[in-house]
Amino acid sequence: MAYEITDKCVKCTACELVCPNAAISETATVFVIDPGICTECADAYPEAQCSSICPIEGAIVDELGDPINPPGSLTGIISLATA
Amino acid sequence: MKLPIVENSGSNSESGSCQPSRCGSGTAATPLPADIQERVANHPCFSEQAHHYFARMHVAVAPACNIQCNYCNRKYDCSNESRPGVVSEVLTPAQAVKKVKAVAAEIPQMSVLGIAGPGDPLANPERTFETFRRLSEETPDIKLCVSTNGLNLPASVDELCKHNIDHVTVTINCLDPQIGARIYPWIFWDHQRLRGVEAARILIEQQQKGLEMLVERGILVKVNTVLIPGINDQHIPELSRVIREKGAFLHNVMPIISDPSHGTYFGLTGQREPTAAQLQEVQESCAGDMKMMRHCRQCRADAVGLLGEDRGEEFTLEKIDTMEIDYPAAMEKRARVHEEILAGLEQDQNPTDTGVTDGRAVQMAVATKGQSLINQHFGHATEFLVYEASPEGVRLVGHRRVPRPYCEGGSSCGEDAEAIMSAIIEQLAGCEVLLCSKVGFEPWTALEAAGIQPDGEHALEPIEEAVKSVYQQMMTREPVELPATERQSA
Ligand code: SF4
Ligand code: SF4
Ligand code: SF4
Repeated sequence: MAYEITDKCVKCTACELVCPNAAISETATVFVIDPGICTECADAYPEAQCSSICPIEGAIVDELGDPINPPGSLTGIISLATA
Repeated sequence: MKLPIVENSGSNSESGSCQPSRCGSGTAATPLPADIQERVANHPCFSEQAHHYFARMHVAVAPACNIQCNYCNRKYDCSNESRPGVVSEVLTPAQAVKKVKAVAAEIPQMSVLGIAGPGDPLANPERTFETFRRLSEETPDIKLCVSTNGLNLPASVDELCKHNIDHVTVTINCLDPQIGARIYPWIFWDHQRLRGVEAARILIEQQQKGLEMLVERGILVKVNTVLIPGINDQHIPELSRVIREKGAFLHNVMPIISDPSHGTYFGLTGQREPTAAQLQEVQESCAGDMKMMRHCRQCRADAVGLLGEDRGEEFTLEKIDTMEIDYPAAMEKRARVHEEILAGLEQDQNPTDTGVTDGRAVQMAVATKGQSLINQHFGHATEFLVYEASPEGVRLVGHRRVPRPYCEGGSSCGEDAEAIMSAIIEQLAGCEVLLCSKVGFEPWTALEAAGIQPDGEHALEPIEEAVKSVYQQMMTREPVELPATERQSA
C-alpha cells in the first residue's frame, strides 16, 4: 500500500514536511514517495498527510493511479482541470 | 500583466478631507509612538519617506503553503505578498544567506531582508528560521521581516522572538468566516484538510490570536488586506478598526489581481479587480488615525532593490559566485550610507505645507527613480507615483503601474506607441499633471489632449516641493475662472 506522486507535482515541498514516515524525497523534476516506506499513513492519522496538504489536483494518486484530489476538488476550478 | 482599469475618478474633493498628519508617516497631530517611529524610520516597506531611499530584498526560501487562497495559483508565488503569476527560484537557506550578503555589499542602501514566499514562510519553519538565525549572526545590521497568512503564527511567535525579528506582516482579508469561506477553499490544520466556514473560522482565529501575541511581545505588525470587490470591500473598514484596536501599526490594502491567465479561481470565475479609484476610496474610508500604506508595490518573493525596482537579475546564484566581496568593509559602508540617509530624512519630517488655504485637491503623477526627486524620463517610467496636493498639504496617495513603458529599451519608441500611450493615459486617470525629467513631443501632445498637463520644468527637483509649486500656480489661476464648488459639480 503506497501513494505515488505524478508529474503534476510543482515541488512545493509541503508533502515532504508533513509525512510522518519520511517517505518523500526530492528528485530533479518532482517529489517521489518511497513505496517501501509509505504506509498511506494508516498507522498514524485518519487521513494520509501528503494528500491532505498537497495543493495540486492530480499530483498524488493511489496504487491504482486514481487521484486522491481529483480535478476541481481543491480549487473549485472544474473546466480547466481536465485540460 | 493586466492591471486594474482606472476609471476617471472625477472630483477628489471628498477624498481630500484626509488630514496629512494621518496619512503621512507619523507626524504632527497623531504621531506614532517615538519608539515605533524610530523602528520604522528606515524601513522601506513601512515608511513612506524611507521607501524612496532604502532598499529591501526578499529571498524565496519557503515553498510550501498550508492554505489555499482563491486569488492564488500554487504553481506560482504566494499572491499575498507577491505579484501573482511569477515564479521565484527557491533557494536553500545557505544560498539565501550568500545572496543577502552579496546584495548588501553591492547595494549599501540595503536595510531590510524579508521572507515572503513563494509559499507561507511559517509553513516552512526550518528553512525560514535557519535563514533568520544565520542572518542575525552574519549581517546583524540588516532588519529581518516575515510575511504570513497567519495560520501558523501563534505557534511560531516564540521562535520569531528568538531571532529578534521585529516586523511581521499578516495577510488578513476578513473577520467574518462566512466571507472567509468565499476567499479560502481549504486549510491544512491539525493533520486534516478542512474546508468551508469551519476552515475560515480557524484561520481567522489564528490570525487574530497571532496579531495579539505579537503586539504583546512588542513586535511590529503590519496587516495586508487584499481588496476583493463584492466580497470583502464593505467589510474592510470594520476590519481596519479591529486590527488597529489590537495594535497593528499599519494597514496595507492592496488590489486583487485576477488576470484569467494566472489560472486562479477568482481569475477564471470573472472576479473583478478594483479600479484605482475604488482602491483609493476604501483606503480613505479606513484611514482613520492609522497609517495606511500607499506605496506598496506587491513585490515578487525574490525582489531586490528599492521599492518598485527589481534588480534580482543582477544577483543570480552564478553571478554571486563570481563576485569578490569584502564583507566587513561592506558593512561599514552600509552603516555610513544609512546614517546619511537618516540625517536627510530627519530634515524632512513635516508634511509639505502647500501654503494654499482654499482650493480643491489635485492629483499629480510623478516619474521618479528614487531619492524623492523628479528624475525619470517619461518614456522610461514603468510606474508613476501619485501625489495629492490640497490645502492640507502634499501627500503620496498611491502609485500606478503601466503595462509597458513608452520607450522600451533603446532610443526609438516602439511601433505600437499609440496603444502603449493610451494604456498609460488610462492608468493616469484622475491625474491632472504629470511631472517628469523629460518628455518627448508626441507623448506630450497625447497627454495634453487627455487633460493631463505634462511638466518637465521641475527636473531633478524634490518631488514634494515641485508638486507644491505647481499646485500653488494652479490655485492662484483657478478661482478667477470658476469657483471651486462649481468646477466640481460641472
Ligand atoms: S501517505 Fe502518508 S506515509 Fe505515505 S507518503 Fe503520504 S504522508 Fe507519507
Ligand atoms: S505537496 Fe504536492 S505539489 Fe507539493 S511537492 Fe508534494 S506532491 Fe508535489
Ligand atoms: S497564503 Fe500565499 S501561497 Fe498560500 S495560497 Fe494564499 S496566496 Fe497562495
